[in-house]
Amino acid sequence: MYNFEFVRPSSVADAVAALADEDAMALGGGQTLLPTMKARLAAPTKLVSLSGIDGLSYVKTGGDSVEIGGATVHADVAAEVADAFPALAALVARIGDPAVRNRGTIGGSVANNDPAACYPAAVLATGGTIVTDKREIAAEDFFQGMFATALEAGEIITAVRFPVPQAAHYEKFAQPASRFPLVGIFVARFASGVRVAVTGASESGVFRWTEAETALSSDFSADVVEGLTPSADGLIGDLHGTPTYRANMIRVMTARAVAAAG
Amino acid sequence: MPKDSVIGDGQKRREDKRFTTGKGKYTDDIILRHQTYAAFARSEVAHGRIRGIDTSAAESMPGVLAIFTGDDFVEVGGNPAGWLIHSRDGTPMTEPKRPVLAHGKVRHVGDAYAAVIAETPEQARDAAEAIVADIEDLPSIVKMADAVANSDNRVHDEVDSNICFDWGWVEDNRAAVDEAIKNAPHVTTLELVNNRLSPNPMEPRCSIGDYDTGTGDYTLYTTSQNPHLTRLLISAFVMGIPEHKLRVVAPDVGGGFGSKIYHYGEEALVLAASKKLGRPVKWTSSRSEAFLTDAHGRDHVTTIELATEKDGSFIAVRTETMANLGAYLSNFATATPTFLHGTLMAGNYTVPNVYVNVKGVFTNTVPVDAYRGAGRPEATYSLERVIDKCARELGIDPIEIRRRNYIKPDQFPYTTPVALEYDTGNYDAVMDKLEEIADLQGFDARRKESEANGKLRGLGIASYIEACGIAPSNLVGALGGRVGLYDAATVRVNPTGNVAVMVGAHSHGQGHETTFPQIVAERLGIPVENIEIVHGDTARIPFGMGTYGSRSLAVCGSAVVRATEKVIDKAKKIAAFMMESPDGEVEFDDGVFSLKGTNKNVPWGDVVLKAYIPHDFPIEMIEPGLEETAFYDPVNFTYPSGAYACEVEVDPATGKVEVKSFAAADDFGVVINPMIVEGQVHGGLAQGIGQALLEHAVYDADGQFMSASYMDYSMPRADDLPMYRVDHSALTPCTHNPLGVKGCGEAGAIGSPPALVNAVIDAIQHSGRTDVTHIDMPLTPARVWSALHDK
Repeated sequence: MYNFEFVRPSSVADAVAALADEDAMALGGGQTLLPTMKARLAAPTKLVSLSGIDGLSYVKTGGDSVEIGGATVHADVAAEVADAFPALAALVARIGDPAVRNRGTIGGSVANNDPAACYPAAVLATGGTIVTDKREIAAEDFFQGMFATALEAGEIITAVRFPVPQAAHYEKFAQPASRFPLVGIFVARFASGVRVAVTGASESGVFRWTEAETALSSDFSADVVEGLTPSADGLIGDLHGTPTYRANMIRVMTARAVAAAG
Repeated sequence: MPKDSVIGDGQKRREDKRFTTGKGKYTDDIILRHQTYAAFARSEVAHGRIRGIDTSAAESMPGVLAIFTGDDFVEVGGNPAGWLIHSRDGTPMTEPKRPVLAHGKVRHVGDAYAAVIAETPEQARDAAEAIVADIEDLPSIVKMADAVANSDNRVHDEVDSNICFDWGWVEDNRAAVDEAIKNAPHVTTLELVNNRLSPNPMEPRCSIGDYDTGTGDYTLYTTSQNPHLTRLLISAFVMGIPEHKLRVVAPDVGGGFGSKIYHYGEEALVLAASKKLGRPVKWTSSRSEAFLTDAHGRDHVTTIELATEKDGSFIAVRTETMANLGAYLSNFATATPTFLHGTLMAGNYTVPNVYVNVKGVFTNTVPVDAYRGAGRPEATYSLERVIDKCARELGIDPIEIRRRNYIKPDQFPYTTPVALEYDTGNYDAVMDKLEEIADLQGFDARRKESEANGKLRGLGIASYIEACGIAPSNLVGALGGRVGLYDAATVRVNPTGNVAVMVGAHSHGQGHETTFPQIVAERLGIPVENIEIVHGDTARIPFGMGTYGSRSLAVCGSAVVRATEKVIDKAKKIAAFMMESPDGEVEFDDGVFSLKGTNKNVPWGDVVLKAYIPHDFPIEMIEPGLEETAFYDPVNFTYPSGAYACEVEVDPATGKVEVKSFAAADDFGVVINPMIVEGQVHGGLAQGIGQALLEHAVYDADGQFMSASYMDYSMPRADDLPMYRVDHSALTPCTHNPLGVKGCGEAGAIGSPPALVNAVIDAIQHSGRTDVTHIDMPLTPARVWSALHDK
């Protein structure tokens, strides 16, 4: 780790101001950024911690949506949405290990947009909204490819809002070493139709499997998924699986998610 | 304490209190006055010519005290290979120099070409990054087949090919084996890869060099499995520091699995740097450096052929192997794929013809050396996989084909065609025990249950034999070993009757501090609490060879027995004098000396006191004091054996393999502490299952190490592993050491990979895919799924 300046502002406005410096970075729970810095693969000159900002860590449930403050750690989300949005609670409860879940934040995860992160699948599958200090961004517009988002420099995620589906399930097939999803599928069924988001599989990051969405919107059954053949184009090939294998896993995990969502 | 309860008592490990409460004292916990820190500049390319190293920017950075490059060690010796192998044509292996720091060329990613010493670790690292190396990229030599085929591009320019040796064992068998296979009614052939592993001990390596400018003495604190061997290598081969001026201390060490047997360049560097600066120099490996520098394990490519009669009786075994040695010869690297591998290729079986051919190959990868099991897992995997394939081809039950070929109890001692003499064993009894503890009767019902859940269930069986208790010095000398492999112990009775035992073995997870006192307590009739074990410091222990090859108890434990017997013999003489019968016959039992045929006796404590306060003592006949040393050199290897059963479920949709149960029946000879033995088996099984299912050190075509972090290198975790059923009651005592023990440290890692792979193949074949006869380890979901779906 190289030397850096550390600030912990108490308001969003102060954080935004602090982030105006070139090479300053926002620090959520640090579960990606700090190991990267320790390996000397990232060298921000200033870290702006978001953990001291009042009112950025909360879970609001009620009505048809769940809103989670940007600095809320995974463990709190898992506990507090268990009744209102059990599929999301189950997803969060399997991110990393207890240490990660007690430090890592939803804002940090979504802003990083790791192509194998779990949260983006839930945000995209539910048609969620990312709330920043400046604006509200629809999930479709927010995720723009591997580690790329619509966030501008210095923009801070203050909350993430999820419409709660009638039925939903997240099915994760873990990469054996990292235990990030090799393929993760979030299926969300709304009155208006079914949405399916895929994480872990694509070189472009999280994406919607529209073919499955169409089929499931008319027949919400695992069988209908079994008949589909997702394309291997653009899927990740690495030590842990070829694009063809990941394409198979998208089908298999989607079918299982549908079956579990009921 | 009654002595009968000591041997075989599963006493809790006394060392665990300090390990589990953060009180262990590891090398990195040692902080010396005025300590400085080393950091290394390491190659980012697999193969390159060093045109120049510019250290000027680094020199002027804050805190920098000294910078070393390969030029500083040109006059220094090379780190040697401990075993001289001769090729089939009689020529000796090639031995290119392994320098302290790379000189002329870098030969693998992670190869250190410079080192910085600074006031803090961060300053050292910053300066190491500021060193600018001008390295001309050379084509990387990664695949062994390419390395063998292309002698123009060589890892070492000074030798004429990338083949270190081309070894045949036993060369005289070759013609007969070829003939037997040509004429055999059935021949099963299997090509397989024994996957490359990174050892990953919990504690990364760490070394502190401390040169005393007042005395000229050096001390090296280091993470070693064998401090005396490290001292010998540094003194006699690498640096020329006289042995009596170098003390090597290996304090608590957090696991080794073989990787800490060897001397590494970082140890020489911190010693040289401390001499130059007159201050202690510490280097602590990061986990990333551990991946890139700790000697790797396995990495064989093998073709094995098994010739049989139609009834499955074995006629001949022939193997051809390429063994990756990496970029430099590590200390045991040439012994591991040869004498620790080829000599085991007869397994537990009467097979009259065996021939093994191994080519040792240099590549631009991290050096490869002994890793838990060391050669024996590779032999067992090849043999037990081909036997399984053969059984399927012939339609014989996998247990039956093994039993049909087992060496029977009345055939011991049994000399194999690959030149080992097994002293004892009862393989059928061990297999009987396995069938019992694995509940094989219930397998069909369990398979039906799995199938009802859409899963494929398979059962895999494997036997193993290993040569442990390394090793008889005269035998290893005849085979090319350059050291003796005895061990040593000193038993020092203190004046108040308690005992310190100084041992040459080194405990880094094996529980010696608990097991060794049990041996002594049984013989002296004193409580184990009154016995302390001292290890890991060349200034405090007799010259021993350390711990590896499941040797500690069989070799060093035997030395402890001999030294204890010497103590008792002397104490008897003192007791005889005290009972006023210097020539009388004295018996010693349960801590009391008695004069035979009389009711006279004296207790242990009185005799000890007399030895140390010899006011009234036959000083002209007996020396005062009570301390004895023994060296023990075994007459043969020991031969632990076992039979393992693994049950797996395969999810055909994802290819994921779940290990549902694992049963291990072992014959370790006499068991001193069954709880520790069980723990050793559990750990070995975890590493074997890790190899079979998860672990893989992968290089790409450019020689970049693709799985050099835990994001991609998959270590077994608790939820990857089943509950184990283990048993070691079907035992045959070793016939040639005083304890009757054989060793248990490596067994689990040897027998488990073939059992697991056999189980997965069984599951797949039972589903109707009889064309799938092999999948290379690790059996990742993607590999298993591909085997199921690629037709």
